[in-house]
Amino acid sequence: MISVLALDPAWWQQTFLIKVPIGLLAVLLPAGTIVYLYLFKAISFMQSRLGPMEAGPYGSMQLLAEVGKWLQKEDIFPTKADKFVFAAAPFVVLMSTFLLVVIIPAGPDAIFVDLDAGIYFAMAVSSVSVIGILMAGWSSANKYSLLGGIRAAGQLIAYELPLILAVVGVVIQAGTMNMQGIVLAQAEGEILGWGGIGNPFIFTQFIGFFIFMVAVQAELTQAPFDMPVAESELVTGYLTEYSGIRFLLFFIGEFASAAVFSAIAAVLFFGGWYVPGIDPTNDIFNVIGPLILAGKMMAIAFLIFWFRFTFPRFREDQLQRLAWKFLIPLSLANITLTGLLKVVV
Amino acid sequence: MATTESEQMAYIAAQAADARVNVEVETNEGMTLNLGPQHPATHGTLRIVAKLDGEKVVAAEPIMGYMHRGYEKLTEVRTYPQVTTLINRIDWLGSFANEVPFILAAEQLMEVEAPPRAQWIRTVLFELSRIANISLFLGDMAVQVGATTPVFYAFRDREFVLNQIERVTGGRFHPNFDRIGGIKDDLPKGWIEETGSVIGKMRDFCDEMEELVLGNEIFQARTRGIGVIPPNVALAYGLSGANLRGSGVDWDIRRDANVGLVYDEVDWKVWTHPDGDSFSRFWVRLQETREACNIIEQLLDGIPAGPIMAKVPLIIKVPAGEAYVATENPLGEMGFYVVSQGDLTPFRVKIRSASFSNISIAPWLLKGVFVPDIISILASLYFILGDIDR
Repeated sequence: MISVLALDPAWWQQTFLIKVPIGLLAVLLPAGTIVYLYLFKAISFMQSRLGPMEAGPYGSMQLLAEVGKWLQKEDIFPTKADKFVFAAAPFVVLMSTFLLVVIIPAGPDAIFVDLDAGIYFAMAVSSVSVIGILMAGWSSANKYSLLGGIRAAGQLIAYELPLILAVVGVVIQAGTMNMQGIVLAQAEGEILGWGGIGNPFIFTQFIGFFIFMVAVQAELTQAPFDMPVAESELVTGYLTEYSGIRFLLFFIGEFASAAVFSAIAAVLFFGGWYVPGIDPTNDIFNVIGPLILAGKMMAIAFLIFWFRFTFPRFREDQLQRLAWKFLIPLSLANITLTGLLKVVV
Repeated sequence: MATTESEQMAYIAAQAADARVNVEVETNEGMTLNLGPQHPATHGTLRIVAKLDGEKVVAAEPIMGYMHRGYEKLTEVRTYPQVTTLINRIDWLGSFANEVPFILAAEQLMEVEAPPRAQWIRTVLFELSRIANISLFLGDMAVQVGATTPVFYAFRDREFVLNQIERVTGGRFHPNFDRIGGIKDDLPKGWIEETGSVIGKMRDFCDEMEELVLGNEIFQARTRGIGVIPPNVALAYGLSGANLRGSGVDWDIRRDANVGLVYDEVDWKVWTHPDGDSFSRFWVRLQETREACNIIEQLLDGIPAGPIMAKVPLIIKVPAGEAYVATENPLGEMGFYVVSQGDLTPFRVKIRSASFSNISIAPWLLKGVFVPDIISILASLYFILGDIDR
């Protein structure tokens, strides 16, 4: 069976009927895993408590119970809300996540769309979520939501720039914007003439990785950059008026985005679906590639949630200062250095 | 001043109308944000009305009274021993500490003094409730600036202290243990040794909080230079406790105006911090928790033997007179002004609670800060709603 899959792996790519469920799975499964493993369990252990224990073995069915709860709840629209915008906002946010999943390679052929400018596309569609959040904040007719939405817009736009600039270093080194090309460049690269483990860009682009992760933390509005949803100040910011299924959509969007950004980081800095020791052209990667990518993704996602539950929250002006006065100059320096080394070496 | 009843009513109505105008009318100069009475950061039902320009606060005003329970009036229909049941619900986190000043005031009126052993045990429990109270502040302050984890450590470790209080008094939160002329029961067997180990745990907790919260760069960025109270302003607004000492005023009732507790017997230090900002208030409270550990440890070594109750009549009738006793409670100065007319019940009790004065500085302090700083400044002032509204 595996050999059949491995020999003719592109068959599932062709059919729309198979693509859609796999796409849904690729968004929901990592999001659910992250919620259970990190948000429910790992964090509980860090905070010296057990987390959910009753629903299923070790509370593993808790998320299903929560989803069931949200589905049953009334979908409340505030009286003064702009109904259409209010209803559409969660879908805009979720759309951004789904568009991001499209370009992530999980194997040599296991990719939805192999765009030549894949990472460029990713950076572009990741900004779409800002619009959804702004829509949610504005249409809720709630002052906390408004403050949260405006904060989110300012923050996401400010951190778009370091995010893109951090990626530029990788693109220069790989010589391509194609996501598969970036993976292959790492798989076939050499560290000082030794090609034993390829050349994961984390070794050369560690500054880029640091900036990327900080910017991702801000893009995902996780602590220490969670002022758009700061629960001790703004109740829950732009989410305040949402309930039921629309809140669930935002919730999925948040954690699926965490998964997707972790996967992009895994592709850019840790070689994506590649593991050393196997020829990257080997078709076996179409089968084990998704698992390898998922493993790397989960490791990076752990960082995101570890930081989230460790640090206090910045203030809005401090966040902007960090972006414009520290991260952007640092990433520009990183690009300059990468470019110089690329020319010299 | 309004003198007749109708004038008074008119005055109150005008006040109420003013409050309504402040809250409801939107001006062109910005937005009125109504924080509370139901808001995650108000520790209960404090309401803050803030006029905003963008995220900057133009004016902010705390509106109190959503949890007014009328304790001052209720004490007038309760006998003296019954009053402690009520008043330990004022500052519900350090409840034993609430009972002490009232009992001391009543003792002053009756001219009885608790035997030394009772005084020592009182002081130990007083300091234990200080640790139980402030340890929660150390975690809660971190929550208010956005770190979710420390408060769980605070709840976890506070439980050890509450267990010790429970073993002596029978109540975790509301001990109702202090009596006129002494205390209700003696210490249980092995309690002193256990408390010693709990003190060790609380020291570790303080170290943990110092590393996790106080040493964190983001926490410092959020609190340093924020909400600065100069010493003269702190005194003018009647601040007390760590808020006052955080502004560099070296005043502690335990040292400077001690009544009835045995702080003179131990070697301890009053901590002050010159900056007067949110950070210094946190710092002072952290050091005070450590100092409380030191005090308890020294007291446990030398609890004298002897009776725990002085000779008091079975039915307590307090002779006519007036007495005011204040103690340095976890939140600051708490004073009871007791007027007796020789009855079974007090004629009038005026409660001077720390949080009420501490929160009164909020309009002055919140002018010109950002919305997130409202929360962090209020958290650093550290009030308990029951202590504000009584």
